[in-house]
Amino acid sequence: MSLLDVKNLKTSYGPVNVLAGVSFTVEPGETYALVGESGSGKTTVIRAIAGLAPAQEGSVTFEGREIRGASERELRPLRKDIAMMFQDPVGSLSPRLTIRSLITEPYRIQGMKDRDLDAEAKRLLEMVNLPAHFADRYPYQLSGGQARRVGVARALALEPKLILADEPTAGLDVSVQGELLNLMNDLRERLGLAMVIITHNLNVVRHVADRMGIMYLGRLVEEGTTEAIFKEPRHPYTRCLLSANPEPDPDARLERIALKGEPPSLLRRPKGCEFRERCPFAQEFCSQTPQWEVENGHGLRCLAPLS
Amino acid sequence: MTDTLLEIDRLSVDYETARGDLKALRDISFDVRKGEIVGIVGESGCGKSTLISSILRLTAPNTRFRQGEVRFKGEDLLQLPERMMRDLRGADISIVFQDPMQTHNPVLSIGQQMLDIQHRSKASKAEKRARAAQMLGAVGIPDPEARLDQFPHEFSGGMRQRIAIAMALMSEPDLLIADEPTTALDATLEVQIIERLQELQQEFDCAILFISHHLGVIAELCDRVVVMYAGAVVESGEVREIFHDPKHPYTRRLIDCDPGHIKERARVLPTIPGEVPDLANLPGGCIFRDRCDQAMPRCTSQVPPLTQLKDGHHAACWLNHKEAAE
Repeated sequence: MSLLDVKNLKTSYGPVNVLAGVSFTVEPGETYALVGESGSGKTTVIRAIAGLAPAQEGSVTFEGREIRGASERELRPLRKDIAMMFQDPVGSLSPRLTIRSLITEPYRIQGMKDRDLDAEAKRLLEMVNLPAHFADRYPYQLSGGQARRVGVARALALEPKLILADEPTAGLDVSVQGELLNLMNDLRERLGLAMVIITHNLNVVRHVADRMGIMYLGRLVEEGTTEAIFKEPRHPYTRCLLSANPEPDPDARLERIALKGEPPSLLRRPKGCEFRERCPFAQEFCSQTPQWEVENGHGLRCLAPLS
Repeated sequence: MTDTLLEIDRLSVDYETARGDLKALRDISFDVRKGEIVGIVGESGCGKSTLISSILRLTAPNTRFRQGEVRFKGEDLLQLPERMMRDLRGADISIVFQDPMQTHNPVLSIGQQMLDIQHRSKASKAEKRARAAQMLGAVGIPDPEARLDQFPHEFSGGMRQRIAIAMALMSEPDLLIADEPTTALDATLEVQIIERLQELQQEFDCAILFISHHLGVIAELCDRVVVMYAGAVVESGEVREIFHDPKHPYTRRLIDCDPGHIKERARVLPTIPGEVPDLANLPGGCIFRDRCDQAMPRCTSQVPPLTQLKDGHHAACWLNHKEAAE
């Protein structure tokens, strides 16, 4: 049984169907990355898993239990097992609370009155390599990297089995980004955490994710092991994304595949393959709707895959 | 030196704060030639933003210019009367800001905003509108004439940034300052913007001062690079020299940290341990020494000067001084 099993998840806000059926699984201890452009629905997926966004159809099972549509009361005990790291590191910390209150808040919410909160705060700060006196600071006194680490500490407080991390390195400097990724890798190994990471930074995905799914207009268009996807992307959109990754080398001249135009409006989804209008490899028969097909663990939604 | 457009000469800028003077920029020197793209790389707090606002003289009230000059076409902008400075901004020097979602006025149509910024021009309204449409076309907005009547929220982030570029180039400036113009965008749009900037730079023959912390973008776009750390220039030179033969340990380690370099999955990614020093309370000697893996006794006592190593390649590190090796 998978730790997390998302099946055909659909979310609409009025006429806008943000998620048009997303399915993937995450095994215990595994890191799964969701990749795609802004507006592809990545954030909605993890918010829907955590019960923070609506999902009208489909199912989300965690350790075999259905949690889609669960009430806040039903979800509360689950929040021990599923923790969330939000996108904006400073904005997700209440400005009026000290770091101690922020990272021990989960214990209070879960009614764990027997805990020594000072000791827990100390332990958590140590775990994310922050000095103990940071417990008395306020969010505005932290740098972006430090605020991220507080976010990690808070997510780890209840020793979850699954972390949902929304752009955990966005806005961080490269020297600090490495630190955070090392920390997350280390904690994952020590605590056996599973993670779903959202990012549009492909260089980051390569180093943290075991498997990855590429989203376009609220659907997965390709899925596989990170290694296989980087080595041999089969969906043209994946190929375009990978080629749009400027390298820190002035002599690296990538074979860049230009994407045509911008993502279409969700109110006017294209007929047939939804990527067709921007696809440099589109064929006549792409006006038909491609189905999701899986071969050797590599999923693909494309009628004219690249070899 | 006739082709030098912008010369920053030993510029030092402080912010007066309750904790004392924050030394935001110290002894900054570099130049931008006509029609060239110069990249400024550095991490948060290195002084990139102070530098831009100093060039445009759009600084906070507690800013103090302690020394140095900002010469644009030979004239020191810091001495210019505000009236003349205003004529210069947006006409000779224009800027594209980081966040495309917040650069435009949300309650005015794009067309109206593009007319407004042509207030200096004597052309008729119809001519100005035509010019606006032409500029939108130049940055690749389809159907520009019709889209002039739309409002900012009707455009995507990538389009809004391209509109910001169109507006900045409208007056055909000699210098375009681009402050992290792609940071808020997806990789695919980032590439579109870079390629568009390259084309426009050729077409309009303007120089670009491109600020970014994304090394990949700098490597791809720029002719020359200035590396800043904690308010000082630590290295500058041709883009190939900087990336292939960095002469300052900070530059070298910054490049090492970029995961774009590392093709195989790494268990542990390189980092630069330690923190940037407190600018209000600077330690003596080299500013990078506490984080440097090659620091020597001399680095604690003496500030390394920015010295020329070979034609156009400067670095501020004692390792490049022969006597230091002994």
